[in-house]
Amino acid sequence: MSEVKFSKEHEWIKLDGDVATIGITQHATEMLGDIVFVELPDKGSSVVKDGNAGVVESTKAASDVYTPVSGEIIENNQSIVDDPAKINADPENEAWFFKLRIKDKSELDSLMNKNEYEKFSKESGS
Amino acid sequence: MNNKKTALNSLHKKYGAKFVPFAGYEMPIQYSSGIIEEHKYTREKAGIFDVSHMGQLYIKGENSLAEDLEKIFPSELKNAKLNQSKYSFLMNDEAGIYDDLIITKVEGGFNIVLNAACKYSDLELLKKLLDNKYEINLSEELSLIAIQGPEAAKILEKIIYGVSNLNFMNGNWFNYLDKNIYITRSGYTGEDGFEISIKNKDAEVFTEKLINEGASLIGLGARDTLRLEAGLCLYGHDMDINKSPIEANLKWAISKNRIVSGGFIGFEKIKSQIEKGVKKVRVGIKPEGRVIAREKTAIFSEDNKNIGEITSGTFGPSIQASLAMGYVESSFSKIDTKIFLEVRGKKYPASITNLPFYKKNYVKGANK
Repeated sequence: MSEVKFSKEHEWIKLDGDVATIGITQHATEMLGDIVFVELPDKGSSVVKDGNAGVVESTKAASDVYTPVSGEIIENNQSIVDDPAKINADPENEAWFFKLRIKDKSELDSLMNKNEYEKFSKESGS
Repeated sequence: MNNKKTALNSLHKKYGAKFVPFAGYEMPIQYSSGIIEEHKYTREKAGIFDVSHMGQLYIKGENSLAEDLEKIFPSELKNAKLNQSKYSFLMNDEAGIYDDLIITKVEGGFNIVLNAACKYSDLELLKKLLDNKYEINLSEELSLIAIQGPEAAKILEKIIYGVSNLNFMNGNWFNYLDKNIYITRSGYTGEDGFEISIKNKDAEVFTEKLINEGASLIGLGARDTLRLEAGLCLYGHDMDINKSPIEANLKWAISKNRIVSGGFIGFEKIKSQIEKGVKKVRVGIKPEGRVIAREKTAIFSEDNKNIGEITSGTFGPSIQASLAMGYVESSFSKIDTKIFLEVRGKKYPASITNLPFYKKNYVKGANK
């Protein structure tokens, strides 16, 4: 499995062959607070890099989820839909959002590695 | 941004508060444990709320004051018992609500607790309505600290002897460190609790004592989920200048005798709304799934007609379900009426439901 990459919209992505697993970062969950609702893209639907790919809602507000790469959704994580608190508990492992078949691996090039993302999230504060 | 800070600001910071600007104040939206934990702590033990941003108004005056206030408010004030609190409204001639408030008969006058966002305009309006006949003081020296939850009485009693004898919606003076402070048994969470009016300089030490006795600081986020579960209105959202107490489904707060006798601002409108009914009315709404319908969400009937709008909505940590309040055309306000909520372009099924969503635990002596 390849290195985990991060987007400026606070999503993480892990690539295994041409299947990418995507979720939101620990930092994102800390900003959002307690998550109480999640909506995921349907299996079989296509998503476009930086486009909308679901919604998370905390007790405070709704936030869009974006996909850091384009592709076809092959699986979504029903367990976080049923129990959104899992996202706060383990955002970067168990509480992944969806898996997609990646269209163009070069889209990963613009994403950050762990160190870059940590620096980015500290500096942006958002 | 030059937001005011309450006397508890540094204490909030110490407990990991995340701040938001609210009605001109820097207020904690949550602390380190988060909204859901804070909410549950209040329901199970006792939460402390810094509500010092709210206005604490004192109007000095004898018998003629109660008479003059009855010309403004739809409550019975002339025969109010000493230290009795009433929930009331400041309205315009059309019964639109300027503010909702708690008015308490005290020695030598009345105390009124006002919403933070409205307090300065309320003050000006009241001065005008009372023809500057009375001394009115909107305190900048007092903090207001609420403690709410099933253990509130037990905890507060350890610090202030005798408070647990207070009846709901009643207040009194109590001794704290050889000073007199005014405490009412009231709150806005659906739990038993107290509101303590205390000098700014004493507020922090007092609050730390509550914490040491087992209460925990709670932010605006949980305050919102708690009051929503309790079916209580938030001014500026569930009620405002374009809605009357009748439309807001708060007729219970208007004294029966005053509805008969009249003589307060907005009376004609309220009388006619009671007799002829209202076009729109506030209702409780329960979405079928977990979807959250927030303020401004459009409400549709089964035959796809736009029949209203959500004014507050969230996920209720104690009821473990989504919940909302909103205004619908009166013909759709019957309990169990099926409706649809349009969230992000999709329509989700929901139904009209009884309020409150969460059953209250108020103590004896409750009066309206």
